[in-house]
Amino acid sequence: MIEIKDLHKSYRMGSNSLHVLKGINFKAESGELVAIMGSSGSGKSTLLNILGMLDVADSGEYTLDNVPIKDLSETKAAQYRNKFLGFIFQSFNLINYKSALENVALPLYYQKVGRKERQEKAMSYLEKVGLKEWATHLPSELSGGQKQRVAIARAMAAEPKVLLADEPTGALDSTTSYEVMDLIQKINDEGNTILVVTHEEDIAHMCKRIVHLKDGVIVEDKKIEQVRAQQYV
Amino acid sequence: MWLFDRDLWIEVFHTLGKNMFRTFLTMLGVIFAMIILMLLLGSSNGMTNGFDKIFAGTASNSLFVWGQSTSEPYKGFERGRRIRYKIEDAEILKREIPEIEVLAPRIELGSHRSVVTVYRKGQTSGSSVYGDYPEIDNITKKKLVEGRFLNQMDIEHSKKVCVIGEETYKLLFEKGEEAIGEDIRINGVFFSVVGIYKPNNNINIDGENAVFIPFTTFQKAFNSGDRMGWMAIAVEPNTKVPVVESRIKDILKNKYDIHPDDQRAIGSFDMSEIFNNISSFTMVLRGFSYFVGLLTLLAGVIAISNILLITVKERTKEIGVRRALGATPRLVLRQILMEAVVLTSFAGLVGFAISVGILAVLDSLWGSGEDFPFVKPMVSIGQFSFSFFWMVFLSLLIGLIPAIKAIKVRPIEALREE
Repeated sequence: MIEIKDLHKSYRMGSNSLHVLKGINFKAESGELVAIMGSSGSGKSTLLNILGMLDVADSGEYTLDNVPIKDLSETKAAQYRNKFLGFIFQSFNLINYKSALENVALPLYYQKVGRKERQEKAMSYLEKVGLKEWATHLPSELSGGQKQRVAIARAMAAEPKVLLADEPTGALDSTTSYEVMDLIQKINDEGNTILVVTHEEDIAHMCKRIVHLKDGVIVEDKKIEQVRAQQYV
Repeated sequence: MWLFDRDLWIEVFHTLGKNMFRTFLTMLGVIFAMIILMLLLGSSNGMTNGFDKIFAGTASNSLFVWGQSTSEPYKGFERGRRIRYKIEDAEILKREIPEIEVLAPRIELGSHRSVVTVYRKGQTSGSSVYGDYPEIDNITKKKLVEGRFLNQMDIEHSKKVCVIGEETYKLLFEKGEEAIGEDIRINGVFFSVVGIYKPNNNINIDGENAVFIPFTTFQKAFNSGDRMGWMAIAVEPNTKVPVVESRIKDILKNKYDIHPDDQRAIGSFDMSEIFNNISSFTMVLRGFSYFVGLLTLLAGVIAISNILLITVKERTKEIGVRRALGATPRLVLRQILMEAVVLTSFAGLVGFAISVGILAVLDSLWGSGEDFPFVKPMVSIGQFSFSFFWMVFLSLLIGLIPAIKAIKVRPIEALREE
């Protein structure tokens, strides 16, 4: 599903340049649930940004669902993001003046899905994350966990190939974190490919595979026994 | 067509509606600008209408010619000789200058601007008495309250009839008394009243207390022979009055042995000059209105753009999220532009509605044009559309500044955690 080869990325900081990714090789199959771990500054967020087409690598290859991601115009990148990727952010990034339903429907709007169908689809995803009754509420009226569930529903609404979660539990307490991870696991159970960036061990162990990043290289890549979050909820 | 996309509009109104107070403040500039522009345009229209009313019934392309006394000695004549025209001059001028459309000769009883006593049953009035041709009505229209003006039959049969001014009527008749058919006496000759005219608030060359009798009747009754006092002349629409004026003077100077450089001997008054002055005055006024109004509008639109620039800054994160969710730069650009246009248009319409209200009040207060030239101050649909078009155009143009700023937002920058 995802394949990257010899990915390099450096940032220019004044006269120095900071080499953040120093040749990453990585492959994720369809249906995987991968945790990308690493301390701050290890390059995990940069990697996720490149995977999410929010940033461009200096060199290396990136193939997503057999489509080479290369030299994308802003418009093309936006279309690919919409079609291939669903984003889940640490701070949820819901649009604060739109209701939960409207937030979920937004990617569908950019997909030019008709209004009625959009609403129905968004509602079914809200139902899936257990927030059907909260559809008309604004993000400010939702708890952190609820917000993240809305964000997950939004990421899934466009039916992307891959879900990218950047510290999805970073802003949540542990109980809520497990609820969110439970949801992510269930989505994964349905066959969706999910990449989770985290620095929390327990969250990482709820995935099926852990990729450890340190100083811009992968130091460890192992399959693990998944810890079900259900038991903590 | 994306313009009719309901979702785009919902998006736009959603963002504008989330901060109503600021949205309203933002619009104030354009609202005021539109009010200023519309009031200025409406007022200059009011003045134009006012002047039109004053000159209603006066042919704009006309001139008046009369005789004065010479200022240069010529061909053995001394200076200071009085020039008296003959009725044949009218025919000569009409024949020589085909551009003359109407030529109405006139003769006045007594010297110029003098009054003659008019009698009726013991009542008197000091009035000007003119011998006229009916054609004069084509140059300075008389507003008749009752009866009719002189006609061709009166001329042909030298009928002893007259048309009197309202002022004359008041002096000679009791209030409400029937005047048509009654006789009045001038220099011992009786004339039957056929019409009464009213001064119509416009330029009045003849005065308000005047009696008009047929030219031919005048000749017989007062023994004026072939004399002619002055001529009212209307020229063809596409001909310049000064050109005809100088040709008339050349012919008359030649006929009456006047020195070619004599500026005083022939008196004339070019009506078109006044019209031209006034129309260029109102044109300048209107141009000034557009200049001031459109610049104010520009300032208003810039204010809107400025606020949008700030909101773009505030919404960096939101725009980043939208981009991450698949909004193309085009869509972002379109949305910001639409916000600019919607804000401007709405403000423009509000301003327009307010100014129409103000103009209606002005109209009801002073719109009658009684005291000064100000009649029906209102903007035309064309003027409004023109202004509105420019406003929208400017908002599109200047809205590009925040819009381009918005598409330069890189999703990665926007999504970076603080």
